[in-house]
Amino acid sequence: MNEKLTMAKALNRGLRRALQADPKVLLAGEDIGKLGGVFRITEGLQAEFGENRVVDSPLAESGIIGTAVGLCMRGYRPVVEIQFDGFVFPGFAQIVSQVAKMHMRTGGRQKMPMVIRIPFGGGIGAVEHHSESPEAYFAHTPGLKVVSCANPNDAYWMIQQAIGSDDPVVFLEPKRRYQQKGEVNFTDRPAPMHQASIVRHGSDATLLAYGPMVKTCLDAAAVAAEEGTDLEVVDLRTISPIDWVTVISSVRRTRRAIVVHEAPLTLGLGAEIAAKLTEELFYVMESPVLRVAGFDMPYPPARVESEYLPSVDRILDTVDTSLAY
Amino acid sequence: MRGQSVEMVQLLTPDGERVANDDFEFTGSADDLAGYLRDMILARRFDAEATALQRHGELGLWTPLIGQEAAQVGSAHALRAADVCFPSYREHAVAMVLGVPLSNLLGLFRGTDGGHWELLEKFKNYQIVIGCQALHATGYAMGIQLDGAVGNADPDQNAAAIVYHGDGAASQGDVNEAYVFAASYNAPVVFFCQNNQWAISEPIALQSRIPLFQRAQGFGFPGIQVDGNDVLAVKAVTDWAMERARHGDGPTFIEAYTYRMGAHTTSDDPTKYRESSDEEAWRGRDPILRLATYLRNLGAVDDAWLAAVEDEAKSLGADVRATIAQLKDVTMDELFETVYAEPTVALESQRREYAAYLAGEDA
Ligand SMILES: Cc1ncc(C[n+]2csc(CCOP(=O)(O)OP(=O)(O)O)c2C)c(N)n1
Repeated sequence: MNEKLTMAKALNRGLRRALQADPKVLLAGEDIGKLGGVFRITEGLQAEFGENRVVDSPLAESGIIGTAVGLCMRGYRPVVEIQFDGFVFPGFAQIVSQVAKMHMRTGGRQKMPMVIRIPFGGGIGAVEHHSESPEAYFAHTPGLKVVSCANPNDAYWMIQQAIGSDDPVVFLEPKRRYQQKGEVNFTDRPAPMHQASIVRHGSDATLLAYGPMVKTCLDAAAVAAEEGTDLEVVDLRTISPIDWVTVISSVRRTRRAIVVHEAPLTLGLGAEIAAKLTEELFYVMESPVLRVAGFDMPYPPARVESEYLPSVDRILDTVDTSLAY
Repeated sequence: MRGQSVEMVQLLTPDGERVANDDFEFTGSADDLAGYLRDMILARRFDAEATALQRHGELGLWTPLIGQEAAQVGSAHALRAADVCFPSYREHAVAMVLGVPLSNLLGLFRGTDGGHWELLEKFKNYQIVIGCQALHATGYAMGIQLDGAVGNADPDQNAAAIVYHGDGAASQGDVNEAYVFAASYNAPVVFFCQNNQWAISEPIALQSRIPLFQRAQGFGFPGIQVDGNDVLAVKAVTDWAMERARHGDGPTFIEAYTYRMGAHTTSDDPTKYRESSDEEAWRGRDPILRLATYLRNLGAVDDAWLAAVEDEAKSLGADVRATIAQLKDVTMDELFETVYAEPTVALESQRREYAAYLAGEDA
């Protein structure tokens, strides 16, 4: 059974299905009940499942995550919503010191099956602190898993997979893609959450992206195709752990790689991917791994964000550089 | 004493005299009290042994509890089978009363493992990040409530959480957020604050201008101050607070007014920041001495009884020393295995690389 849905609706359906499937799943966060969340991702869920399953939290991020730690200890599977990327930092200490470490500290006795949903990234003309890309902080923290969906089908399935995981998952939702529609296949068994996917096949170079930049890369590949350049696009889907098998096998074929992310360049995901590809494919590649990223500055005011964000043109420019080696 | 309120609950004076309180009564027997005395003596010995072990280089650090035995033993005895305890890092006597193997506590401070404890479902592993466990306890208590395990007619079906934090911790955001969450959801949690007057070198005056227990009112639940060196009063007050929580009446804040007689940890030197006269004054309020005096006068314990407990303490000391030799270091393999519940290909490959490196070294 297929249906065309926005990513926002697909997430809502996925959450609903998770709530139906397991009575231990509960949602918590600011304004997620009656309002349905500021992005309406949880719309209607409190009415359907009640105030004990869809819980409006006091305005305290550390409190939301720290109490979810306690709920995990009591056998629940909390899914918490952080209202915007820039507001996760008051809860950062609980995530990196408690959520991430509890399993190893207790010798595997205490699981932390928690999902931390964060609408992330720019491109919506928001006011400051509402458009950040904090993924590297979390991906650099052992014990956490970090994923990002890039289309409605993944949104629907990955949120359920994240909730089903016995590990804590930071679930990054590309907010500028919430209203993008796509086909959701409700019946076919999806790929595992930690598997990257080749969303466009090509032979000249591989574009590697996740979340909001997957669409931008597909747009770039479409333009490149008109100019006769055949680009492959890999949607990482999982940021930690990275699915190296898919990434390396793609780049082994195309022998050129460009990583694209919105987060600042230095020490971003692109750095890790470039290092790994260099270790694995040093003698195979025709050119160094190149990166198209945000700049090393705090996220800019909305009127200039389009200059900060990787664009189709910047990507194509970098593709040209890669091909010129 | 500074910050002390006139309403502080006390049932046994520092001289070992029983006093009445309008609201609280100790309902246990003299035998119970003898048991508490024994617990406190053994806890003090365990603590002294561990401190000595740190001096001998066997432990990386130790957090002495001396002076706080009554606060811990009295509150621990108020817990029932279904209740769950969230300690900070000095609750050795609570752990002992609940039956946590001492090897677990020693292992953490020796660095053989990170809190791989045996009774985790009852007594959570120690928390070093100040105050974070207040939220864990509150979330756990919210879970108890969701499970319908409060307010049942059958008391065995009810449970509550208790969390231990210090006076310094009361300044932390997490602790204050925990108070907010606990109040908003009426969670069955008891905040047991041991006000031992010091947060490393910082006096209570730097954390609060009012007695801590008065803060609870601002959050919307009862706060009460109890003489933390009086095991009878601590037991009575904690019984009341835990029963309120189990009954569905929500959170309570208990300020156990006490004193840390030793150093904050084996790394600091209290003579740098506090007056010895202060310590002398508190020595006169010793929790063990006062209970021993009372029970002696009552005829419930005598020299022979005390000598027997002293023997027990000696053999506990020997056990503690012997335990050190038996503690096993966690292996790198176990660590690789427990980072995630569901292993990742990337980490498995690091594990294999490390194994290959070791094998190469042996060859
Ligand atoms: C978040 C955090 N900040 C600082 C420290 C370092 N530290 C360890 S114990 C301590 C003092 C705590 O005082 P209090 O809460 O009164 O507890 P006590 O040790 O007196 O029982 C400090 C500052 C820490 N462990 N965690």
